[in-house]
Amino acid sequence: MSESARPSALRRLCAAGAALALGATLSACGSADSGPPELTWYINPDNGGQAQIAQQCTEEADGAYTITTSLLPRDAASQREQLARRLAAGDRSMDIMSLDPPYIPELAEPGFLAPVPEDLVESSTQDVVEGAVQGATWKDELVAVPFWANTQLLWYRESVAEEAGLDMSQPVTWDQLIEAAETTDSYLGIQGIRAESMTVWVNALMESQGQAIIENPDAPADETQLALDSPAGDEAARIISTIGSEGLAGPGATTQDENVAMAQFQGDQGSFMVNWPFVYTATQTSVEQGSVDQEVLDDMKWTTYPQITEDQESTPPLGGINLGVGASSEHPDLAYEAIRCIASPEKQAQYFLSDGNPPASTTAYDDPEVQDAYPMAPEIRESLERAAPRPQTPYYNEISLGIQQHWTPISDVTESTPAESQEFIQSVLRGEALL
Amino acid sequence: MSETAAAPTRAADPPVEERRKPKKAPLSDRARAERRLGIMLAAPAFVVMVAVTVYPIVQAFFDSLFSYRLTAPDEREFVGLANYGVLFTDPVFWKDLGVTVLITLVTVAVELVLGFVLALVMHNAITKLRGLLRTAILVPYGTITVVSAFAWFFAFDINTGFVNSWLPFVEDSFNWFGSAAPALTVIMLSEIWKTTPFISLLLLSGLAQVPGELTEAARVDGGTRWEIMRRVVLPNMKAAIMVAVLFRALDAFRIFDNVFIMTNGAYGTEVLSLLAYRTSIGRLEIGMGSAISVVLFLCVIGIAIVAIKGFKVDLTSGEGR
Repeated sequence: MSESARPSALRRLCAAGAALALGATLSACGSADSGPPELTWYINPDNGGQAQIAQQCTEEADGAYTITTSLLPRDAASQREQLARRLAAGDRSMDIMSLDPPYIPELAEPGFLAPVPEDLVESSTQDVVEGAVQGATWKDELVAVPFWANTQLLWYRESVAEEAGLDMSQPVTWDQLIEAAETTDSYLGIQGIRAESMTVWVNALMESQGQAIIENPDAPADETQLALDSPAGDEAARIISTIGSEGLAGPGATTQDENVAMAQFQGDQGSFMVNWPFVYTATQTSVEQGSVDQEVLDDMKWTTYPQITEDQESTPPLGGINLGVGASSEHPDLAYEAIRCIASPEKQAQYFLSDGNPPASTTAYDDPEVQDAYPMAPEIRESLERAAPRPQTPYYNEISLGIQQHWTPISDVTESTPAESQEFIQSVLRGEALL
Repeated sequence: MSETAAAPTRAADPPVEERRKPKKAPLSDRARAERRLGIMLAAPAFVVMVAVTVYPIVQAFFDSLFSYRLTAPDEREFVGLANYGVLFTDPVFWKDLGVTVLITLVTVAVELVLGFVLALVMHNAITKLRGLLRTAILVPYGTITVVSAFAWFFAFDINTGFVNSWLPFVEDSFNWFGSAAPALTVIMLSEIWKTTPFISLLLLSGLAQVPGELTEAARVDGGTRWEIMRRVVLPNMKAAIMVAVLFRALDAFRIFDNVFIMTNGAYGTEVLSLLAYRTSIGRLEIGMGSAISVVLFLCVIGIAIVAIKGFKVDLTSGEGR
């Protein structure tokens, strides 16, 4: 290249670059102005069911809007972190969000969620299991729409129950399970890891005695009163401590989450396990892949969550996903239109079939396909009617982390744990202690 | 010399201050142009440093003076140094600081010894093997920390691991991550495995800088191998050792990935950076989280000062002339 040619080549290059940049900008502007509004749905990881529903609802909208999905982190706590940060920053792309129920008050209290339209409040609470409605409500107002609801069942190996002499047609108690594990030298499937699942367990043990963990959920942080230091808390500590100190959950109890508990349950020393319904489809998949024997699946049975005493019905844990709309969304009306489609009973039944997540709608359980694919559907529905949410408060995260810190490892839980954890959490809420 | 004889000489001397600070000669045009060029070259980097380093530090200190929760923006309140008061009187902070210091001391000490041995091996290896050896030793350092943390976790975890079956003195039912001591041992082993190559590389460059004639002279004078190492090699490597210790100590003090993946701070394994993360990101307590971050930053500054002063290395001696 000659010296004289260089400047003109450089100019041409600059001009081409500028044209490209301008073209890209114009095309970006053009795409924003033309075509239907694009709604972003922040979904939790699943087997692809939510993305499929998004596509179907986009087609059904007939050009009114399109839904694209954006994946959130795997665990609920990380999902909350990302959603809270985006909502606090006023992110305008928060059109539809898959929300874990315990974190809803924290997002609703500062006004991060757009109000649910009146007519949708009515339609999304009719024929919906009681637990799911409770989980989507804050200060007597529905702030999100129940999409699917989850609950824990008691899963058991029929052979072990027979060996222990337990009549599984009747509700069983935790003490019976403890005794059965001792006599059959097998392991109880619980979640003893320092994680959210520990709060789920403690909450279920207390709620099953008719005692909520938090006494005044609407109170400011420094006035929040807990009821961990109570007879119900003592009883919960006794059960957990017995399982932990006697090693009834196996040597890996301190690091055992839902998946690890399931793997242990599928093993030689599996006996009884409290866990979410996903374990059934997961075991079926493992059998198909050849990593678990068909005998295990045949031996796997289920019933409702264990009771504390023989004469008091249990209150199983509640989970699931509700759908919320960000207050900063550019299209809140369309987002709620899309939610009408996403959370319809038909779509909930479809999601149960594709991903194994139980519907919040009671009518979805009437679907013959659902009843065929999930023989435990009646128990799930019954559990969901009895289930109680975890403490509904904007400070749920502090309460949960405080419980996790003091109630794990389960072998160290003693009769003083309820009082100590209560004092600790309350001092954290008063801003006097680190968590 | 008599007093009288000395007097005129003193009187002729310039005043003391003038003697200490001689008047600078005016800069030549060329020197001035070089200085201008130097400022122009360094300015963009300086601006970027201010934007990405100084601004967040100042912002963090400002935020640390408030009681501020991200999900309760209306309740933001100025509390002065109250967050620091809570921090310094809370046993959680001191426990986490203790764990952090323990990990720093143990890993840096072990890595320094192991790294020096590896550096000697690489330095003395025959030319043909040198490249292969360096590559092999550097493989762990090339592994992303999160990946190595998962690998160590899965190897030692009671549900997925195989280490228990390898170690004859460990029971199969032993849970490495069920209590502080074994969990910290695995965390530190992982850290040592991952970053020893880095220290060995820095020490290798130090070894290469030791003048060959000095070791040769010491050998001719009858010095033993240990004496040559102690009196000739190590003193000449002081700058390299300082850099290695400083870099690794700063890194180790900010340890996060290994602890996060393996235990998430459970059962007495929490470190300061994890506490800052959990408070700021997990609990969304921006005020308290910022206070912890500021203290963490001050600790890091303290380590740097102690290392530089302790080794008495003149970092400006390398100024090009």
